[in-house]
Amino acid sequence: MDFALSEEQTILQDTVREYLRQHCTLESVRLNVQDSITLDADIARGLLDLGLPGIVVPEEFGGAGLGYLDAALVAEALGEAIAPIPFLGPNVVAPYALQSAGSDQQQADWLPKIASGNAVFGIAFSASSSSRSDGSTSVDSGQINGEHTFVIDANDATQFLMASGDSEIYLVDANDVELTLLRTIDRTRSVAQITMNGTPCELLPGSSSNGALRRSIAVGRIMLAADSLGAAQSMLDKSVAYAKERKQFNRVIGSFQAVKHMCAEMAAELEPCKSLIWYAAHSVLAIPEETVVVACHAKAHLSEVAQFVARKSTEVHGGMGFTDLLGLHYWFKRIGLNRQLLGSPDEVREEAAQAQDW
Amino acid sequence: MDLAYSAEYEQFRNELRRFLKENKHRSPDMFATSFTGEERAKAARDWQRLLIEHGYAARTIPREYGGYGAEPDPLKSHIIAEEFARHRVRPGHSGDNRLVPTVLELGTEEQKQWLIPPTVRGEMTWCQGYSEPESGSDLASLTTHAHVDGDDFVINGQKIWTSGANRADMMFCLVRTEPDAPKHEGISYLIFSMDTPGIEVRPLITMTGEAFFNEVFFTDARVPTTQIIGKRGEGWFVANNTLKYEREGLGDPNQTESRLLELVTLMQRETIGGERVIDIPVYRDRLQKLQGRVLAMKYNSMRVLTSRSKGEEPGLPRWIVKLQGCELNHQIANLAIDALGELGTLYYGSPLLRDGGRWQQRYMMDLGLIIGGGTAQIQKNIIGERALGLPKEPKYASESS
Repeated sequence: MDFALSEEQTILQDTVREYLRQHCTLESVRLNVQDSITLDADIARGLLDLGLPGIVVPEEFGGAGLGYLDAALVAEALGEAIAPIPFLGPNVVAPYALQSAGSDQQQADWLPKIASGNAVFGIAFSASSSSRSDGSTSVDSGQINGEHTFVIDANDATQFLMASGDSEIYLVDANDVELTLLRTIDRTRSVAQITMNGTPCELLPGSSSNGALRRSIAVGRIMLAADSLGAAQSMLDKSVAYAKERKQFNRVIGSFQAVKHMCAEMAAELEPCKSLIWYAAHSVLAIPEETVVVACHAKAHLSEVAQFVARKSTEVHGGMGFTDLLGLHYWFKRIGLNRQLLGSPDEVREEAAQAQDW
Repeated sequence: MDLAYSAEYEQFRNELRRFLKENKHRSPDMFATSFTGEERAKAARDWQRLLIEHGYAARTIPREYGGYGAEPDPLKSHIIAEEFARHRVRPGHSGDNRLVPTVLELGTEEQKQWLIPPTVRGEMTWCQGYSEPESGSDLASLTTHAHVDGDDFVINGQKIWTSGANRADMMFCLVRTEPDAPKHEGISYLIFSMDTPGIEVRPLITMTGEAFFNEVFFTDARVPTTQIIGKRGEGWFVANNTLKYEREGLGDPNQTESRLLELVTLMQRETIGGERVIDIPVYRDRLQKLQGRVLAMKYNSMRVLTSRSKGEEPGLPRWIVKLQGCELNHQIANLAIDALGELGTLYYGSPLLRDGGRWQQRYMMDLGLIIGGGTAQIQKNIIGERALGLPKEPKYASESS
């Protein structure tokens, strides 16, 4: 029994953190997201050098062949740095879905390109993960019609994986869809609406029967939860640092219990979330029968805890927390978007209840 | 990350299961109703002896003091706790998990020989004399005092929140022996029999209607000066050692998880307007929220266990357990009561009573545990100061001496 990160996993996460600390500063994020959200080419190249795009792609297809816990650790680091980088769609959910439901040919075609950064998959699952009235599609003789909203990692996508019908996953070329960027509160993650009109599409054949869509959504939820964990941990760290430095009434504010207890509550809520994410991410390959339920809980619980931390952290920073000058709101907003993507906490909890036959 | 146990541990678990299967009938639970108190007490002592012989109780206590003498192995201890719980068999004990480690670490050889073997056998039981009416969270301000007269300490004062004082054979107790020393340096850690003349125990009825705790009054109670652990004035240091062991037990996530499952059963059974409570969205969502929290704490405990098994100090993941675990138990009881509605207010002895009235009992008891063993607010100070490194409150001038 060893419920801990391996040395390699710690090194992986520290390496990504260190890279982002140097290259993905708040100043660079601000510049990057000023006009539109787009992949920062320098950061993307740096992450490619670290092997991140192929992190879960098997070695035979040119990837690193690592697992979903490793991917979650990267997602956590990206959340900490509010990195405006597509990761969960193209580098985690897409290769998972292709390996779960793609034909041999599809895997051979796409997995190497994912690993080399030459294919970037956006993920259009929201109609299945959170069924709002907008965004429905139909497929007829190899062509797909309709629209998807809240497509994740859309802006730089060269391909899309999209849900249609009960459980099918289709592959579509990004050149064949009409893409409208949406403007959410969070400028660090690109979200779009896409419209298909007789767009050629290719079924991932396994998805018709094997539940791959549901499990792919679960993997996406775990990554979003890990991202929120990282963003919330950043906000807590900033709060503690600020509380040790800011003085009022001739004392650092962290010596006041009113402030100290807010920090302690954030830490007490957030610390167990790490273990929840680790377990959920580890389960994807090791205990797949538990993944759907525990992913729902990871997503829902992190949504609540990260929201709590985002709010308290802003309060600890006082008026400065409310300003653009400090930039704390970038983390606040990333947590706010993560909370709703691939299912709001309330929807996801209902799914967890159903999945347990409660 | 590997959630499987290695062959050594699987074998250990299998041997334990075989032992439980073969010996379960000797557990004192089997003597619960049909035997006299004396027979039950004997059964409990025999059971403890059997468990020690096999290394399932007093496992890491050295053989010369009546234990099994194994090297500490948190994973094996965990397996033992898990299997006894799973088989619903009464586990053994290590005497007293506060007193025994303290004596082993800081007692004299003579004290170890005197105290540990009978404690481990279950023939010497203990209560803890720490809190006082005027000294709760600020324990070091305690005023129960002793002066030396001949070969004795003579104790006067009062303790409160003393669980088991009405049944215990012995007390370990913090007493001010150096009135002129600064508050943390004037305390001694004394041990004595509860039969000592001058000790009076009064049960303290709590809001649950039960008397888990007592008040203990001392009037010229005489204790030999040799019955001290550590030196005079070192009691605060000795006690902190004990508190370290006590806090471990509060907020255990395995207990929390089994309560959540009880709650699920309740919500599947009870109905409102013909509909199962669990199918009603507001209750259903509250249940799911709690399950998310329970899972986080469960996996957190696996992380703590792993750290321990590698000999590492778990740090923050451990410091949050009491605060989060007790609060979670309280919320589980709260939902159970709400799911029952008016039926949830029924208490011991009432017609229509559900689940023996235990949800109300727990709701109140869990609040007691949020306060006891270091209040939630003190826990937050510990997390803020020790884990996050935030500064302590400045002291008032009069205290700083």
